[in-house]
Amino acid sequence: MSDARDDIVTVGLLAEGMHDPGVPPAGIRRAPTGVDDLATEHLIVNMGPQHPSTHGVLRMLVELDGEEVKNAEVTLGYLHRGIEKLAEHRRFDALGTLMDRGDYVSGIMGETAVALAVEQLMEIEVPRRARWIRVMMAELNRIATHLLWYGTMGLDTGAMGPFLYAMRDRESLLDILEAVSGARMMFNYVRPGGVVADLPVSIEAKIREFCDAFDTYVDEHDAILAGNEIFQARLDGIGVIDAEMALAFGLTGPNLRASGVDFDLRKRRPYDAYDEMIFDVPLGVTGDAMDRFSVRMEEMRQSSRIIRQCIEGMPEGGYTAKVPKVLKPPAGEVYASVESARGEVGIHLVTDGGTSPYRMHYHGPSLYALQALEDLMPGYLLADGCIMIGSADIMLGEVDR
Amino acid sequence: MSPTLAVVVKLVSIIALMLTNGVFMIYLLRKVLGHLHIRLGPMHVGPHGILQTMNDVIKLLTKEDLTPRLADKALFFLAPMIVFVPSFMAYLALPFSDTLKATSLETGLLFTFAVLSVVPIGILLAGWSSGNKWGLLGGMRSAAMQIAYEVPLLLSALPVVMLAGTTDLGGIVDAQAGTWLSVIPRWFITNPLIWPTFLIFVIASLIEVNQTPFDMSEAESELVAGFGADYSAMKFGLIYLSEFSNTFVMSALGVTLFFGGWLVPWIPMSWYEAVPVLAPTVFMLKTYLGIVLMWWIRGTYPRVRIDQLMDLGWKRLIPAALVMIVLTGVVDKLIVPLFNGAVSW
Repeated sequence: MSDARDDIVTVGLLAEGMHDPGVPPAGIRRAPTGVDDLATEHLIVNMGPQHPSTHGVLRMLVELDGEEVKNAEVTLGYLHRGIEKLAEHRRFDALGTLMDRGDYVSGIMGETAVALAVEQLMEIEVPRRARWIRVMMAELNRIATHLLWYGTMGLDTGAMGPFLYAMRDRESLLDILEAVSGARMMFNYVRPGGVVADLPVSIEAKIREFCDAFDTYVDEHDAILAGNEIFQARLDGIGVIDAEMALAFGLTGPNLRASGVDFDLRKRRPYDAYDEMIFDVPLGVTGDAMDRFSVRMEEMRQSSRIIRQCIEGMPEGGYTAKVPKVLKPPAGEVYASVESARGEVGIHLVTDGGTSPYRMHYHGPSLYALQALEDLMPGYLLADGCIMIGSADIMLGEVDR
Repeated sequence: MSPTLAVVVKLVSIIALMLTNGVFMIYLLRKVLGHLHIRLGPMHVGPHGILQTMNDVIKLLTKEDLTPRLADKALFFLAPMIVFVPSFMAYLALPFSDTLKATSLETGLLFTFAVLSVVPIGILLAGWSSGNKWGLLGGMRSAAMQIAYEVPLLLSALPVVMLAGTTDLGGIVDAQAGTWLSVIPRWFITNPLIWPTFLIFVIASLIEVNQTPFDMSEAESELVAGFGADYSAMKFGLIYLSEFSNTFVMSALGVTLFFGGWLVPWIPMSWYEAVPVLAPTVFMLKTYLGIVLMWWIRGTYPRVRIDQLMDLGWKRLIPAALVMIVLTGVVDKLIVPLFNGAVSW
């Protein structure tokens, strides 16, 4: 039986004194003689890093009693690239490229966080048009991110169709993002001082066309999953995070708002041009998976609303402030954060007056959501665990950095 | 033709039907799902990808047949056959027309359900013997599910048997011949009394064929691939051929029980003799319609959770099926005779 242990690495759960399933614990007979003597053991399965519903390279050790999760332990680090260390050798205008590879589906928002930090340090005044472009791009990117989450949420529940419908819309979004920034995902578009290039001609028409189509599509998306009784039965009451727990775990973004806490950096600490935008912040009530679903669906509608305001009222002017070719912020320390699609993405920069940061700390929301999962999963079924991972919308690129 | 030769010919024809059907169904599934998902499905091997499945069959046949180190080798080898053979046997009693059937069994319906109920045992063995925890979970789910759906499935066929007065599948088709008021075909589905029963049958047969709202034993997003995780090459091929074949058989059973089998309404019986391919063609068309309906559901719905399925099976389907049996009995044997044959089913 010793071979059976090959797929269980003895870390965490096992090290904490839980018995190894390969060796019967003392006092339990291997060959039962009657029903009363039947010994049952918990099954420890290794979920990930290649498991289809762990959304990347998450690895969880899950202790199962039948199908019920008794214990779950998250193992991190399969996608660690040392982004914070790499940042110490990048010029300030190149930090955005690292952020693109952190949360690799909402790059614009990560880039904005870095740009805001550098701008605060150097006291750069960003032109109004540039701020509006940033907002518009960030919201386009937010919809693209939420669409990916929506599709994988469908896959987690076993519905294949919604994923492909979501990808249809996401493709047209990525086309727009590509037309503006030149790249589909690794944009490097938002730079300290503004953005790297002005909007291309006639992009407004394309964006308006997308918004018109999307406003009907998003209702379709909502109907095909949230309108399905099976889907409701799968999500209702699963993974309840109340406001207290959400705050204790430091959750931000849709996960926090689904628990009913009204905290959105776009409203609370407006950056770029968000103080000029009119939009609502959807809130959940109970904080279960269904609330997290509805909050994100509503956020997509609100993003579309913001994008419309941006194309209607896009101010004239320059797309970037006058910034030196080589950025050299004064020695100091700054924290800037943005409301990314998943929550608060914060950048803590420490500079020593050189051309690259002395230290950059990258605060991402997914890590905190992931930690909450460990507490949520015990007591639920394995299938519910997949729903929780999906509804928490974790991004492993950002967790592992 | 000597009896032995006849048997051999029949068995070979069934295998041929099963294989060609399987190959065609896989292609059709990919196309149906593809178009449901606003994509094209296979497009590259042959015009519109019609040779794609042939290509995959060749791939499966030539792939290395792996046995995991931890597998129980004998059972691991045996399991795909235990899955495959009952699927093959389920064709024996299917009436493709009045004359085109392998055998005319007095207990055809029971026989078909009986052999199909062996399949989950093979799946349990496959999951258990592969020495994989995901496989084990998948196999266990399959075993737990079987009891929850086999009972309502069989019970939902009983009202039809009561109306037809026979469990011979051919006899059930014959009982549906003719029309009401020379307009409505006398298929059992046109009888409002049968509608709830039909609903139970559809749900239970979706579970039987292991497809999306109920594909718990495979459950890609939960159990990776469940019982099939460690199977490769033609062992994998056999398991999935059996799955497709079961889809066909369940659809064919549905057609036979509720939609008049190979019957076409409004045409005289002599036409079937004049055009021998008419009945089998009609039967296949109806069956494929049922299959596409199943795949429509498969392409749209999310998966239910295992305990929700148990609830559905034990708390809803079984009582409902029992009620329908009583109701059908009361209406058919007590109330209808009151009208003294003025109305007959």
